[in-house]
Amino acid sequence: MTSVVPEKMTMANALNRALRDAMRADESVVMFGEDVGALGGVFRITDGLTAEFGEQRCFDTPLAEAGILGMAIGMAMNGMRPIVEMQFDAFAYPAFEQLISHAAKMRNRTRGRVTLPLVIRIPYAGGIGGVEHHCDSSEAYYAHTPGLHVVAPSDPADAYGLLRAAIESPDPVVFLEPKKLYFSRSEADLTLPVPPIGTAVVRRPGTDATLIAYGPAVPIALEAAEAAAQEGRSLQVVDLRSIVPFDDETVCAAVRSTGRAVVVAEAAGFASVSAEVVARVTERCFHSLHAPIRRVTGFDIPYPPPKLEHLHLPSVDRILDAVDELQWEYA
Amino acid sequence: MTRDAAHLLPSTEPVTLIDSDGHPVPHVGHDMPDPQALVSAYAALIAARRFNDQANALVRQGRLAVYPSSHGQEACQVACVQVLGDGDWLFPTYRDSAAIVARGVDPVEALTLLRGDWHSGYDPQTTNVAPQATPLATHLLHAVGVAHAARLRGEPTVVMALCGDGATSEGDFHEALNFAAVFRTPVVFFIQNNEYAISVPLARQTAAPSLAHKGIGYGVPSERVDGNDVAALLTVLGDAVSRARAGEGPQLIEAHTYRVQAHTNADDPRRYRSEDEVTPWLSRDPITRLSDYLAEQGLLDDERVAACAADAEQLAERMRAGLNAETAADYRDLFAHVYAVPTSQLREQQALVADELSREEVR
Ligand SMILES: Cc1ncc(C[n+]2csc(CCOP(=O)(O)OP(=O)(O)O)c2C)c(N)n1
Ligand SMILES: [Mg+2]
Repeated sequence: MTSVVPEKMTMANALNRALRDAMRADESVVMFGEDVGALGGVFRITDGLTAEFGEQRCFDTPLAEAGILGMAIGMAMNGMRPIVEMQFDAFAYPAFEQLISHAAKMRNRTRGRVTLPLVIRIPYAGGIGGVEHHCDSSEAYYAHTPGLHVVAPSDPADAYGLLRAAIESPDPVVFLEPKKLYFSRSEADLTLPVPPIGTAVVRRPGTDATLIAYGPAVPIALEAAEAAAQEGRSLQVVDLRSIVPFDDETVCAAVRSTGRAVVVAEAAGFASVSAEVVARVTERCFHSLHAPIRRVTGFDIPYPPPKLEHLHLPSVDRILDAVDELQWEYA
Repeated sequence: MTRDAAHLLPSTEPVTLIDSDGHPVPHVGHDMPDPQALVSAYAALIAARRFNDQANALVRQGRLAVYPSSHGQEACQVACVQVLGDGDWLFPTYRDSAAIVARGVDPVEALTLLRGDWHSGYDPQTTNVAPQATPLATHLLHAVGVAHAARLRGEPTVVMALCGDGATSEGDFHEALNFAAVFRTPVVFFIQNNEYAISVPLARQTAAPSLAHKGIGYGVPSERVDGNDVAALLTVLGDAVSRARAGEGPQLIEAHTYRVQAHTNADDPRRYRSEDEVTPWLSRDPITRLSDYLAEQGLLDDERVAACAADAEQLAERMRAGLNAETAADYRDLFAHVYAVPTSQLREQQALVADELSREEVR
């Protein structure tokens, strides 16, 4: 037996490999959307799939997101496992009706007789200097809708594993791909068992406070933890990976171990996933907390133009400021 | 009540008045625009081409975040504006910056979105140009609303609503046509069919004989026109505007053109089309066609050619000066325009940024 050497790859490579491996493993897996065929997707996530699997299994559709998702729902009702790509976060909105009223509710409406194993891949969030409608953090809309799983990987290994898991899931999964991490590289062992959707992971051990992040905010949380370490403060970093289902156990155990927490997210803070995290952790860990949980999030504004986005996005300094406010005087 | 539907159908071939060699094509029912209009169109075409070239250069120099060029589509860009009156409205997309400038908007303001300074630069209320729409076809319904409001007030406004071939697949395109037809709103829906939606060719958008055929299902009279023939465009679009203004309801015009360049600078067309497909379109260029015709008619002399080129160069100079100048980013803009009155949360968030920035200054 040859030993498996983890390969260095980008998240884009890992996602492409996940699609390819899933399509090789199961003929009922099909991929479609806008520009996913010959072009290979505007981010090249579907690169080479039409060449390998043919027009029947990876194809371009007419330009209509409601049509794309609506047709996927029908195909999922009839024995297929469709994966659809929404070209950018804000261009998924025309499909909202299909997602909320149908994809999310079919199991419930039919008492489990009709289930929809489908994946809605959405390149999402900002930090790439994109003009308006190309940088939305739309996770709260989806997470607020019962019936949808919502996941957001933060590195290539998880991107591979979570996408394989999403494709195998019996329920619809909104798969949020942080665009700004597409071309970040790290080692990934694609032979590891697929992690179940719904498990958070501790990315960095630490004893003084816990940073909780997901998707595009994870690398910045890790950077902040590194910077804090230089200043003598030990920050633990938890990566949610899966927003729905939410891993209360891992997150709460982490927060209990430090007694302090900051939630970091790119989305606007008001009525958000970050607000949900604070509520859940406070309800469960109140007596272990030495300070109110703080949040560092995007502001409650439409995503700003490229020239101003650096002021909007969570930064290392902003995270460290929030950590400073965790009532250390009572330590 | 059923009515004869034939009058709603477009002609079998797109209307052409000047062929690609610059020769006039006689056409029943469509007159050649008057010489003055063609000479104005020539000046506008030269300016629009220069605008595209300069914007492409500025993107390479990092002065624009992105640029979707309308190179090769300039006849559509200038004609749809030239047929409008002062009080009329234009609803453009991301690809229609040249049309916006042809309408009289300052070129630097027109490029604010693509420069990445703000989401829109010019004032829609003073220019009657809506913000450029990126979410495809969504703005067509707004165009219907603007026209309907004007109609309710008894104003003679016509709205020119632009979209691409790909956008006709979106539900909003169909809703807009239907609403406009039901309410007889004075909108001219103008499709620039450049054969591609990024990488996806027209054949993947529709099985209809043409995009103009989509009008009939909604009761909207439709026409097809050669999108590289500015003379035909001026006549066909001008007639459509007149009919809409006269109370005959919405009109649908499909221009047959071609996206000669990449979708944007970020695109790589080699992945989905061959150079062989592009080449024939280069000889159908809208500018050479018109200038050949005008020269043959004795309507274009060296002096006018030089004057138009000089005006276009001035436009390019204005673009370079405006876009090479550094503009200060003001953090207060983040919070100033979310609501009429900023919420207390926004005021807190603004104070947080102000505090961060003042600490940075101290350092
Ligand atoms: C609702 C929506 N979906 C997807 C996109 C992404 N997108 C931007 S331009 C484009 C192609 C549009 O093609 P077409 O309508 O033919 O206009 P063209 O770009 O050729 O001028 C796509 C898919 C978008 N802007 N809006
Ligand atoms: Mg097009």
